[in-house]
Amino acid sequence: MTSNPPSSDVVLEVDDLVKHFPLTTGVVVKRQVGAVKAVDGVSLQLRRGETLGIVGESGCGKSTLAKLLMRLEEPTSGKALFKGQNIYDLKGRALRELRRNIQIVFQDPYSSLNPRMTVGDIIGEPFDIHPEVAPRGQRRKRVQELLDVVGLNPEHINRYPHQFSGGQRQRIGIARGLALRPEIIICDEPVSALDVSVQAQVVNLLESLQDEFGLSYIFIAHDLSVVRHISDRVAVMYLGRIVETGTDAQIYERPTHPYTQALLSAVPVPDPSVRGQRQQIILTGDVPSPANPPSGCRFRTRCWKATDKCAEEDPALTVRPGSDHESACHYAAVREDVVVQH
Amino acid sequence: MATTQAGIAPRPDQAGVTPLLEVENLQVEFRTRDGVAKAVNGVSYTLHEGETLAVLGESGSGKSVTAQAIMGILDSPPGFVTGGAVRFRGQDLLALPDDERRAYRGRSISMIFQDALSALNPVFPVGWQIAEMFRVHEGLSKKDAKQRAVELMEQVRIPAARERAGDYPHQFSGGMRQRIMIAMAIALDPDVLIADEPTTALDVTVQAQIMQLLADLQRERNMGLILITHDLGVVADVADKIEVMYSGRIMEQAPVHDIYAAPAHPYTKGLLESIPRVDLKGQELSAIKGLPPNLTNIPAGCEFRPRCPYARDICKEQRPPLAEVVPGRFSACHFAQEVLEGDIEPAQQ
Repeated sequence: MTSNPPSSDVVLEVDDLVKHFPLTTGVVVKRQVGAVKAVDGVSLQLRRGETLGIVGESGCGKSTLAKLLMRLEEPTSGKALFKGQNIYDLKGRALRELRRNIQIVFQDPYSSLNPRMTVGDIIGEPFDIHPEVAPRGQRRKRVQELLDVVGLNPEHINRYPHQFSGGQRQRIGIARGLALRPEIIICDEPVSALDVSVQAQVVNLLESLQDEFGLSYIFIAHDLSVVRHISDRVAVMYLGRIVETGTDAQIYERPTHPYTQALLSAVPVPDPSVRGQRQQIILTGDVPSPANPPSGCRFRTRCWKATDKCAEEDPALTVRPGSDHESACHYAAVREDVVVQH
Repeated sequence: MATTQAGIAPRPDQAGVTPLLEVENLQVEFRTRDGVAKAVNGVSYTLHEGETLAVLGESGSGKSVTAQAIMGILDSPPGFVTGGAVRFRGQDLLALPDDERRAYRGRSISMIFQDALSALNPVFPVGWQIAEMFRVHEGLSKKDAKQRAVELMEQVRIPAARERAGDYPHQFSGGMRQRIMIAMAIALDPDVLIADEPTTALDVTVQAQIMQLLADLQRERNMGLILITHDLGVVADVADKIEVMYSGRIMEQAPVHDIYAAPAHPYTKGLLESIPRVDLKGQELSAIKGLPPNLTNIPAGCEFRPRCPYARDICKEQRPPLAEVVPGRFSACHFAQEVLEGDIEPAQQ
């Protein structure tokens, strides 16, 4: 386990969450001809003070999952319990309360900040909707505190987003996410638009804020090394499903699902001395369309282990003999030659 | 700028051989309303046949502008090459008139871009766009050009190439679009291929496919490859030697193994240390403080000084030239030797 083990109380429990986007034909009379199965039965738990990393390639449904958890999309079926309450049943005051508690930091710090608003207005805007958090007279002071917390100069409260660099803008986005003192922050690719030297600054900031405010993060990213650094547990998604989940060491050192193995082996290692030392699995083809996923196991069309059984039977996400964490593969087996310690 | 002249002496490893491509003291500036941005300030490097040169840098470091100047596709105005030379097999391309230079583009040096969707024309089928290379440059008939285009699509491993040649760019996935762009770039069998962030927009599994394809093509054709990237992982996997750029200048130049084992410039050191590593989990990452400089107002002295943990008084006054530290390794730092040997303490703040 990691250096600071998360306490066991669960703040968010997602149970078999499904989101299908209908595909329709016809202009006047619309007829549903299919569905894009963006999220197709995802279950996960998030504990207080914990970071859950979600990795997967584009189109695997990780951003749709983020939107569902923010309740920006309504699910087709399934539940998400925030402190025991299903967030999709909430209305009115209770829903507002929920929105206070789950906040998001977006990927692109350029398009997620309104260019016509000052930084003070951007960070203070949540207080307009939730005035109970900061009374009108204290807002400016509170915004300046937030700027200070994320490492920006509080005197820059009247500046506009274009006067800041990418990394600084991401800090503004984080300050806005923190304004309502949420319990959960969903970070949707928060560092992928930033330069390497600035990425580390933002990752450090997110970690220190977590310690300071006891935040839980859902950290969605495609950069596997950043996810490993920040996460306590990791879930790997493929075509709308979680295919493997476990602690960071279980996923990165003892992966059992072929997709996880391929993903890890594809990550370039920043160390030329290990060139050629590890097995690189080059997957053939592209991810199938989520509108028409393969029968049985969804990864079987690109998998080197696939058999007839994989086409017929959908493998459950469960712990199989010989491994210590959940994996959705009939033939789950630890493979270490794809991993390089660096 | 006199200080940037050092380090251009012939590299000891390749002395006597005419390099495939030689960039010497290249200077590019952008004249904008907000002032003159000095994007490239005296960049020099050489590329030999079959060699992979990685140009590593953050956004605004001038790595793409250098490539555009080499290709002669700089938007001008506002961009102007204000000095230096780009020699292909000894011939200075910058001295040639436009129509003669055109003959080099695509045939001698060609380039692939980060964003294949915007680099391809959305209203023509991809097969037609690849075939255009043969129709325009080699005067082939439509039919022959189409046939060659299909062959190229097969070479870059696009499945069902003949059927897909009539499809439009939006009908392909990101990885397949990048393959189409690679097909166009290698159509005329160039000697130098410049790949500007070829996999930045792609997923890791697709990135692995594309890098493998580039490596195979390079080996088959013995091309010189210039790989422009900010990804330290990709560089470690494929490069022979590295140029680290910062603020329009080369900060460090070295064979790939040496640079990862022991960087000789504080900026390279900072970049390498900011990568998350397993043994550092739970600890704070060592980030480089501050921001890259504004190119319209580059600080006096060393460009990296405001962010450098080791900066001393001399760094404020003198811009360090790119100078040889140990044979084959160059660094633009007053304390390169000390940084290389790990024999320097951070300055008192």
